[in-house]
Amino acid sequence: MTDILVTPVALAPPAAVPQTAVPVRRPRRLVRFLVRRPGLVLAGVLVLLVVVAAFAPGLFTGQDPLVGEPVEKFTAPGAAHWFGTDELGRDLFARVVHGAALSLKATLIAVSVAFVVGGLLGLVAGFVGGWVEDAIMRVVDVLLSIPALFLSLAFVTALGYGTIEVAVAVGIASVAAFARVMRAEVLRVRTAVFVEAAHSSGARWYSVLGRHVLPNSLGPVLVLATLELATAVLAVSSLSFLGFGAPPPAPEWGSLISGGRNYLGNAWWLTAMPGLVVAATVLSINRIARALDGEWAAAR
Amino acid sequence: MGRYVLRRLAQAVVVLWAAYTLSFLILDLLPGDPVTAMASAGMDGGTVDPAELAAIRAQYGYDDPMPVRYLTHLGDALTGDLGNSVATGRPVVQTLADALPSTLQLTAAALALAAVLGGGLALAATYSRRRWLRQLLLSLPGLGVSVPTFWVGLMLVQFLSFRLQWFPAFGNEGASSLVLPAVALAIPTGALVAQVLAKSMLTTLDEPYVQTARAKGAGRARIHLSHALRNASLPALTVVGLLAGQLLANSVVIETVFSRDGLGRVTAAAVGSQDLPLVQGVVVLGAFVFVLVNLVVDLVYPLLDRRIAVAGVRRSLA
Repeated sequence: MTDILVTPVALAPPAAVPQTAVPVRRPRRLVRFLVRRPGLVLAGVLVLLVVVAAFAPGLFTGQDPLVGEPVEKFTAPGAAHWFGTDELGRDLFARVVHGAALSLKATLIAVSVAFVVGGLLGLVAGFVGGWVEDAIMRVVDVLLSIPALFLSLAFVTALGYGTIEVAVAVGIASVAAFARVMRAEVLRVRTAVFVEAAHSSGARWYSVLGRHVLPNSLGPVLVLATLELATAVLAVSSLSFLGFGAPPPAPEWGSLISGGRNYLGNAWWLTAMPGLVVAATVLSINRIARALDGEWAAAR
Repeated sequence: MGRYVLRRLAQAVVVLWAAYTLSFLILDLLPGDPVTAMASAGMDGGTVDPAELAAIRAQYGYDDPMPVRYLTHLGDALTGDLGNSVATGRPVVQTLADALPSTLQLTAAALALAAVLGGGLALAATYSRRRWLRQLLLSLPGLGVSVPTFWVGLMLVQFLSFRLQWFPAFGNEGASSLVLPAVALAIPTGALVAQVLAKSMLTTLDEPYVQTARAKGAGRARIHLSHALRNASLPALTVVGLLAGQLLANSVVIETVFSRDGLGRVTAAAVGSQDLPLVQGVVVLGAFVFVLVNLVVDLVYPLLDRRIAVAGVRRSLA
């Protein structure tokens, strides 16, 4: 899913880096940019809340995510239990908040794997060129032709179950998009005049790569990484919905949704609430990625 | 044109071979042990006699060195034999062929729905002159790609099956059981189609020939539908091709949601029991469907835009 959605966006000519703005006026520009986009601010706040929930769940809820009050089972959402309670009387809001840590960890691992592996492949392909580039890019083409979920499932089969295994599988399945964007950027930058100048003034290849090519080609890859966060949240939750994530009592978002499946008839909140949280998170990340991808540079 | 077709066919075959090889490597080199999995599947936690293990290894050829196994399996695959399922012992090809029709039915219904909904949304958004309506319609796809497919499926079951009892919640009997899974499956795909089509419609409507048509007095509907849509639909077609694999993969999840028989159940069970040959079969099948759909898309391009076939031939000659 990533590659298709992302490639055209990320391959677009690199957004003009807002270096032209005078540094002093930058904060004011940021404020004006945000004031005109309340949706973006909301998205930022939501993502921030999820991150805080992942690191300090205690700030949001004092209830235990794993132990419940059997008397209070299947309580509908209300003041005492914002998201209601499940079949064991556990507070669903507490479970979702504590689940944020697991889901965020999986997402970050997935994107890091894709970023590092894909970025390196693209960097080598673009910088070295020749048969190395051909070989790498053919492998990338094949990775693109296998549906991401199937590729992840193959890795899960080989690696086993668990949050980290699922995260790695999701990450490897999205290596291809990163490799493509990174290579395209490196190719673009490599022919730039300043790179040629560095070469001809006697700079070693590694210093050309590290000081000139890499910093100037990283922007679109970082935008892709932001978008990939959203895709990874969805992919990880799909796999944990299928039951390949963390084992049952752990409140991973995907397994929370699948856990509520058996009580669709009498407790709608068990599936609706965690799903809404996932959807809101993904929507927010997508909104932020869109702002990073040209919207900031285009707004003057 | 003949050259163009041949070139695309050759590419398709190469990609399929590479997908087979890649899935073989993934499942072979990573630390899962198929023989132990097989043995423990039959024994339920009991200890396994090492001699028996060795016998099973020899029976499935796992004691051969990797390259030998690869070539043997590839040779079998070329004759249409993807090995036997470890869990059931049935041929993988047979298992997949049994599961496929129901899944293809679902995927095809979802694809049609996605094209109609996504295309309709994009056309309505670009046709609309009211700013707020256009903004509203253009913001819907962003929502569509952000919701988890399986969650949409569950919510549909919740409201339309349990509350209103319009559609059956589970199983695959009759056309009415196809509606909810197809809708859930069509939402992300349709949203992407809408995004791409709306964007390319907007660029196309700025082209000089559209202005010419307008100057000659063609009506808005005529300009949008018969002048712009044909050219604007090429990128959308590309996206449909690229999404085919994803659609198939998503249907695996959706089938689990709706407890439908099909590829989804087979896949989930295969991953669950570490049934390597079957998992590899699913991966190869995914690549096959992707390659096939994109082959068809590549062959449809020249019908929509004659320049592509000519350019394709020129590129292959160069």
